[in-house]
Amino acid sequence: MEHIVIIGNGISGVTAARHIRKLSDKKITLISAESEYFFSRTALMYVYMGHMKFEHTQPYENWFWKKNRIELVNAYVESVNHSEKKLHLKGSSDILYDKLIIATGSKPNKFGWPGQDLEGVQGLYSKQDLEGVEKYAPDNKACNRAVIVGGGLIGIELAEMLRSRDIPVTFLVREDSFWNVVLPSGESKMINEHIIEHHIDLRLSTNLVEIIPGENGKAKAVTTDKGDTIACDFVGLTAGVSPNINFLNESGIELGRGVKVNRFLETNIKDIYAIGDCAEQDEAIGNRRPIEAVWYTGRMMGETVAQTICGDKTEYKPGHWFNSAKFLDIEYQTYGWVFSENIKKDFEEHFHWRHSKEKICITVAYHSETKKFLGINTFGIRMRHEIFNSWLTENRDVDYVMEYLKDANFDPEFYTQYESDIVSKFNLELGTTIIPKKKSLKRIFNSA
Amino acid sequence: MKTIKNIGLIIFLIGLGIFTSLIFIGEFEFSQESLDQVISEKGIKSEIFIDALKKNVVGKEFEGMLALSPKITSALETANQQHRKNKEYKKVIYTAPHDMAAFIAKKSGSGFIVNNKGLMWFLTFGLGIIGALMFIVPNIILLGAKGIKNDGIYHENATDRGWIAWFVFIFLISFYLILYFRSEYAVNWTYLLDPISESLSGNPAGHWFVYGFMYCVVMLVMAVRMYIKYRHNMYQMVRTTSVLFFQIVFAFLIPEIMVRLQMPYYDFKNAFPLDYDFFFSWNLRELMASGGIGLFILVWGIVLTLVIVPVMVYFFGKRWYCSWVCGCGGLAETLGDPYRQHSSKSLLSWKIERWLVHGVLLFALVMTGLTLYSFFAESGTVLGIKTQNVQNTYSLLIGSFFAGVIGTGFYPIFGNRVWCRFGCPLAAYLGFVQRFKSRFRITTNGGQCISCGNCSTYCEQGIDVRAYAQKGENIVRSSCVGCGVCSAVCPRGVLKLENGPEKGRVNPTQVLLGNDVDLMELVNKR
Repeated sequence: MEHIVIIGNGISGVTAARHIRKLSDKKITLISAESEYFFSRTALMYVYMGHMKFEHTQPYENWFWKKNRIELVNAYVESVNHSEKKLHLKGSSDILYDKLIIATGSKPNKFGWPGQDLEGVQGLYSKQDLEGVEKYAPDNKACNRAVIVGGGLIGIELAEMLRSRDIPVTFLVREDSFWNVVLPSGESKMINEHIIEHHIDLRLSTNLVEIIPGENGKAKAVTTDKGDTIACDFVGLTAGVSPNINFLNESGIELGRGVKVNRFLETNIKDIYAIGDCAEQDEAIGNRRPIEAVWYTGRMMGETVAQTICGDKTEYKPGHWFNSAKFLDIEYQTYGWVFSENIKKDFEEHFHWRHSKEKICITVAYHSETKKFLGINTFGIRMRHEIFNSWLTENRDVDYVMEYLKDANFDPEFYTQYESDIVSKFNLELGTTIIPKKKSLKRIFNSA
Repeated sequence: MKTIKNIGLIIFLIGLGIFTSLIFIGEFEFSQESLDQVISEKGIKSEIFIDALKKNVVGKEFEGMLALSPKITSALETANQQHRKNKEYKKVIYTAPHDMAAFIAKKSGSGFIVNNKGLMWFLTFGLGIIGALMFIVPNIILLGAKGIKNDGIYHENATDRGWIAWFVFIFLISFYLILYFRSEYAVNWTYLLDPISESLSGNPAGHWFVYGFMYCVVMLVMAVRMYIKYRHNMYQMVRTTSVLFFQIVFAFLIPEIMVRLQMPYYDFKNAFPLDYDFFFSWNLRELMASGGIGLFILVWGIVLTLVIVPVMVYFFGKRWYCSWVCGCGGLAETLGDPYRQHSSKSLLSWKIERWLVHGVLLFALVMTGLTLYSFFAESGTVLGIKTQNVQNTYSLLIGSFFAGVIGTGFYPIFGNRVWCRFGCPLAAYLGFVQRFKSRFRITTNGGQCISCGNCSTYCEQGIDVRAYAQKGENIVRSSCVGCGVCSAVCPRGVLKLENGPEKGRVNPTQVLLGNDVDLMELVNKR
């Protein structure tokens, strides 16, 4: 029986394992040094905040793995020997494989800051990181202030976590507005306001210079390039992540920033595949980045590689881009491409609407000449994935999207709807006379 | 703000303390006139019982129910024993000993409590309400901006099965045991509510009136908490208002007013088989003896169960009943909300749930079948089984223990929907309709799920919502009561409760939306 070994039990590895099991009877081994069972790392923040216990982050009950004949090995892979098809495990015997899937995910970036390896300095990615926050920032007595470095999705989550225990937080953001490498300015500005509303000391255009150790070898302060010294007991490094592939340096597998793969998720070595955060596409797919550290793409790669391994060689073909996040209390969804002003192409026009009081806004991107709908960002309004997916496939223009916007609303029943407001602003700005169509169940469920 | 909360908590605990102490304290004096009343009202022919009361109870003063109750119950038991031995069956008293104790106790109260009903009401209910509101209302400010407010739920003793939770567990169970089985100890509580009861139905309050009133008060106060906690979520606001309205108006006020108008006591929203004694012969006789209104109730009760309930479930899912109208659901969604996370999500629990809830439904139907047969055939037994025994067993095991003692008592430890999930026969019936013939579903938003597990954690019915959501599948489960909290707590906007065409409602998927594997179209065809 063919033996499939998967390194990493995150969403990519586990999805691959589950789908291989669905499609075949192969022997499957899932190796992880991080945790005994698969858990959802997106939910780690909720454990610290007391919304859940760690066990709630585990999507499958413990018996699931045995029942589905997925063997779990709790060990650290030190090296891969592809000529003998062998993995060397730390402090344990070697494992032989027939096919190997590398799904080792990411690790938090550290840019060589002095003091970056001190106690109380860490990222927020792994189960161990969660334990670290709990240890160094259990409450506002043990931790009088925390400093977070890096204004992305993980940074703001870490800030939310610490604030849930009333720990004062200083948030150093390199950009002059939160996450404006990705978000258009209107949205970025609204999130700035929301961060401040949550009593987070937001410092824009500010970089970390150094982390200063105390007598006990623990971080006691940071200095910034603005010349400030900020006393703190905990430093969160959340300036992005990069592939967790150091153990492959000598393996002969072609590496870039991540493990280089082709569209079939194959590496340069036969029978070795890489998926998820650690995989780097030889060539970027569409507007996507070669490395996508996103939950959904990890899952898609897992689904795809399982097909290939089970004999149905399948290209990794992610569909229309979508993503979501939550900034403190504000939910964010995106479908298609909306680029920030900093990087968007000339033809990309934006229509922006923001609620006069609530923290709700949307940005619609469209082609300035063809009026083709390119994408939408929504904050505080939920949208229906299937509707936008089909509109993108059907190459709808922005007028069409506006006209049928009510169909796309996915907010719970009885919520105030803003589509009419949005469309009338659109009409005003673009000189159109679109009358929004009433929501139609027939259209929604036929298109879906 | 925190100070206000703490003062509120202290006031609440004082009120609760006084309320609880009323079980044990109070003066009771049973007069000769009262005895005569009891004899005539209950039609007592047992001279042994009467003599024992005269000797041990009449004219004496008792401090606390613990002193009085045993005198009555033992007198009754001894008397009945003697009469049975002597085969004097006409003299046997068929009122249960503790019901007799409660009946006599109600006529015997004297002293401070009985003479200061208003003041005592204030010191118990009044302080409880004021204290609780002082504890709850500051959250408008303390909880900060609108949004999901589940911070610290698993750090708090009370909501993480700590000693406070266990204390509440024991308190609630004791309360229900008194209510169902030792109602004489509730007699002081009834005095506090006499004025209110008299203004509604014209009768002094019994212990069930106390329960009904408390139920409304608790729901009202805890609904304030819901309004504050879920103020960003219109669905929760509307639903809470609905469930509160149906409890106060339909379950509490209308039946009391009907009694005042010489009509049968009836809760128009309480559908059979949850209302398991609707077809009991005493109820049918009472309804048939009540003229037009009785007949209307009879027809309404049948139409409600056979037509209204399933048709509404077809259009809106069982939520229209379970989390919008039902009293049990109403308490669960208000008082029980802080405990919703304790329902077990394991597969084993689901298996137990299916056996148990459908078992109770079967039990209810068999019992009702026997009851109706007995009623029309005018025979107390069916195939040698005594209908009365089956009814008594159901009333005790399901009606009292499961629905009451376990149903509410287990809130702090096993979650707020233990009865609704494992025991309610109506829920089982609605569940069939919802699963197989309904427009309701919880739609999963394409591929947006990140498997975080908030939905599953906060599902009061123990549905592993995430298991569906992470596969891109809609949630179509018979047990879902449509409370909408999964959708509320989802950080990524994945879940939406909605009614739509039946086609495509159940949508198993192999590959999630967003991944354009060629197979997808083929495999996911619905």
